[in-house]
Amino acid sequence: MSAAIATPEGQAARVWKRFRRHRLALAGALVVALLLASALFAPLLAPQDPTLLDTALRFRAPFTDWRFPLGTDELGRDTLSRLLHGGRVSLTVGLVAMVTTVMTGALIGIAAGYLGGIADTLLMRFVDTMLCFPQVFLLLVVAAFVPPTLLSISLVIGLTSWMEVSRIVRAEILHLKEQDFVAAARALGASRSRIMLRELLPNAAAPILVAATLKVASAVLMESYISYLGYGVQPPLASWGNMLTNAQGYFDTVPWLAILPGAAITLTVMGFNFLGDGLRDALDPRLRMDP
Amino acid sequence: MADALLKVTGLEVHFPIRSPFLRRRTGTVRAVDGVNLEVARGETLALVGESGCGKTTTGKAILRLIDPTGGSIRFRGEEIAHHTPRQLAPFRRRMQIVFQDPYASLNPRMTVGGILAAPFEIHRIGDAKDRPGRVAALLRTVGLPPEAARRYPHEFSGGQRQRIGIARALALQPDLVIGDEPVSALDVSIQAQIINLMRRLQAELGLAYIMISHNLAVVSHVADRVAVMYLGRVVETAPREALFFDARHPYTQALLSAVPEPVPGGRRTRRVPQGDVPSPAHPPLGCHFHPRCPHAMPVCSQEAPASRIVSPGHAVACHLVPA
Amino acid sequence: MIGFVLRRLLQAVPLLVGVSLIGFGLMHLAPGGPLAIYTLNPTIQVQDIERIKIIFGLDQPVHVQYVKWATGIFSGNWGYTFFGGRPVLDVILERLPATLLLMGSALSVAIVLGLSVGVLGAVKRYSVFDTLATTGALFALSFPTFWFGLMAIFVFAIELRWLPSGGMWELGEEGSILSLLRHLVLPTMVLALVITATWSRYARSAFLEVMHQDFMRTARAKGVTPKARLLRHAFPNAAKPLIALLGVELPFLFSGALVTETIFGWPGMGRLFVDALGMKEYPVLMGMMMFTAIFVILGNLLADIAIAAIDPRVRLQ
Repeated sequence: MSAAIATPEGQAARVWKRFRRHRLALAGALVVALLLASALFAPLLAPQDPTLLDTALRFRAPFTDWRFPLGTDELGRDTLSRLLHGGRVSLTVGLVAMVTTVMTGALIGIAAGYLGGIADTLLMRFVDTMLCFPQVFLLLVVAAFVPPTLLSISLVIGLTSWMEVSRIVRAEILHLKEQDFVAAARALGASRSRIMLRELLPNAAAPILVAATLKVASAVLMESYISYLGYGVQPPLASWGNMLTNAQGYFDTVPWLAILPGAAITLTVMGFNFLGDGLRDALDPRLRMDP
Repeated sequence: MADALLKVTGLEVHFPIRSPFLRRRTGTVRAVDGVNLEVARGETLALVGESGCGKTTTGKAILRLIDPTGGSIRFRGEEIAHHTPRQLAPFRRRMQIVFQDPYASLNPRMTVGGILAAPFEIHRIGDAKDRPGRVAALLRTVGLPPEAARRYPHEFSGGQRQRIGIARALALQPDLVIGDEPVSALDVSIQAQIINLMRRLQAELGLAYIMISHNLAVVSHVADRVAVMYLGRVVETAPREALFFDARHPYTQALLSAVPEPVPGGRRTRRVPQGDVPSPAHPPLGCHFHPRCPHAMPVCSQEAPASRIVSPGHAVACHLVPA
Repeated sequence: MIGFVLRRLLQAVPLLVGVSLIGFGLMHLAPGGPLAIYTLNPTIQVQDIERIKIIFGLDQPVHVQYVKWATGIFSGNWGYTFFGGRPVLDVILERLPATLLLMGSALSVAIVLGLSVGVLGAVKRYSVFDTLATTGALFALSFPTFWFGLMAIFVFAIELRWLPSGGMWELGEEGSILSLLRHLVLPTMVLALVITATWSRYARSAFLEVMHQDFMRTARAKGVTPKARLLRHAFPNAAKPLIALLGVELPFLFSGALVTETIFGWPGMGRLFVDALGMKEYPVLMGMMMFTAIFVILGNLLADIAIAAIDPRVRLQ
């Protein structure tokens, strides 16, 4: 009857089988793995110090000088090194923002779904209200208010994008809480927090994992938006977003300076999106977009 | 009954029907509408009726999984119908439940060990060190190997899962276990095993059972007494033999006639009630059964029959039976 | 139907209250409060700030301020800009046409393109076209709008010199429709990209769902032609989730418009927002937050009413 509930090990093989069929998702997983590794080992991989200036070496084109494989920027800094270190920054923001988003969204979704009644109404009205504001507007206003540090930027992105997660989790909890194992926990006298965190949360893991993956993609994108508009990561710290802003000034003469960080953002966002899409297909047939 | 473990009087569970807009109350479903029950220590009471008659809701209300709208629930002499969750905590140990669907009643993301350790964690019994031992003992009690603790519910068959559900219910050494159709989702061959397990445990641990069932045949094996429910009310309560051989309520008689006859040749005329069960949102006036009753009289549609004692322990709510 | 519209209108009230509370709260949580521009300016004397506070009513208790501000919002008095002291609502409304033009043209392109791609994909499911379209949509959804914009400028304005790189009109050609259209092409393309991708995905799944229902099989069994089946039977049923999408996507459209307008120097609300942010023009920022939120609420309301008009079941819930 309730075989619809995912069970751990028995499904692992099936999930992997479904995931493997999805070639783009595999490619996404590979890209994500490479990006994470390059961010982790950026100091080792970068050929130069990303902040080292040398105005004599401005605007080297890519592939012309072995010391600067991807050329140099307007201050003579090595583009590859900046890309690697910028990736570190962008991915850190993406991951921290994702954790914030998922934790906030999951807690609010679980509370609304399990407690029901007034709590549900109030929380979901709050979600509806937050969703009325265009995210970039909300993000920029708050980002402009707080001093831009890596942590504050991540938190601001996380706290303006949890609403979808809470809706997804709430829907899942509404379905789960009618199951008898929840009634059994109540009959044993389990507290509400125990039921929400120990009984319900692990069962909502699949949709949360999918949302988390897709949220990294959107957080990286959001970071690049606000950095591009000047309210995100501040120079001299490199992020892909502010590299693009700098590059915009020399756009007509040295386009590669803009092409490279943009390509890095696109690749990252795509990697996480493909991975998330594949995970959704593999983990949770009910959430699937395409049958 | 002197030694009543549980005494339920006038239990009511009403669910509001609300309009989709502004949540105005537009009606009431009287799922349980004045139920009286008694269970003695160590005995088995069967609660029987068609689906939708309110028997499961009655069971869940007794366990306070659903809040009763009215009436009294006295357990071990204490009124618990209006206890707060904190006040209920000690009673949770004394009253447990085994569910119908062994697939939905075990958390798929927990190991069997985790599921069986939960009662001890919740009630802070023992410490983390001795829990594996307690879990192993529980598994042994229900006839499963201790290694089962490391595995997940989906690795077990339906019957094995139901054993795990029973083990969980027994963890806190309750006085009363409510079985909500505990075998109806199992294969017939497995049903007998589980029934026998429950009877053995009853004898060993002195448990009282409330067996909720739609199946009179199952009940005939296990029950000491039987209560028959129809549309939120108990229409007849009797010791097992009295119910099977001297049923007084037309509804009970109809139910009995629908049971397949175990003795070939000993045919009974089937008396199937006409029509459908009315909605509990709009129950008929008077006796709820009168629109389908072959013996309905004018008074039946006006006045709900009070319970009359036919013989010791045998009570019927029917106008046909002289008060 | 009238009852349904009234009910939905009533349900929008708590949303409006919530939106105004968040807007008001943000303004007062801002460092320096709504007067940051003055308090952070060293040339302004403390007593002047006190005077300004009284003029703006900021010496009153918070709830009084909120009520005054909120009633102002609903009666058309949205406050005044710090620079120039112009009514905020006027400043926003004069930017509205440019934004509506851009959003409208991008949305029309996206709906036409996205619907065709999605429906074709659904009809020829798992064909080469379908695979390319679904993969392409996922690619498009991963593109940072501003980067795509920069690339478009690079290719079409700088390298090929086919189209202008920004603005709304050539100098001296203000009001010329032809010039406007030329300037509209690139921003429309950029803004439409992501929306097209979303629409094609939703249209595909909406049609796939409808096409497998019993009434479609019945229509086929009756001998209804494929074209009529698609237009007369599938379309009205698949339209519902798509209309809902129209309402839900509105905030994304505003976000996208903001980024697009910044890249192309398009003088719309998004540009206004970014400029106001740079000048710490809190009244304008808050006014725009409220404006877009109210716009979104009304958009969703209209979408719901349109759905109810198509499907009588929705009216009864």
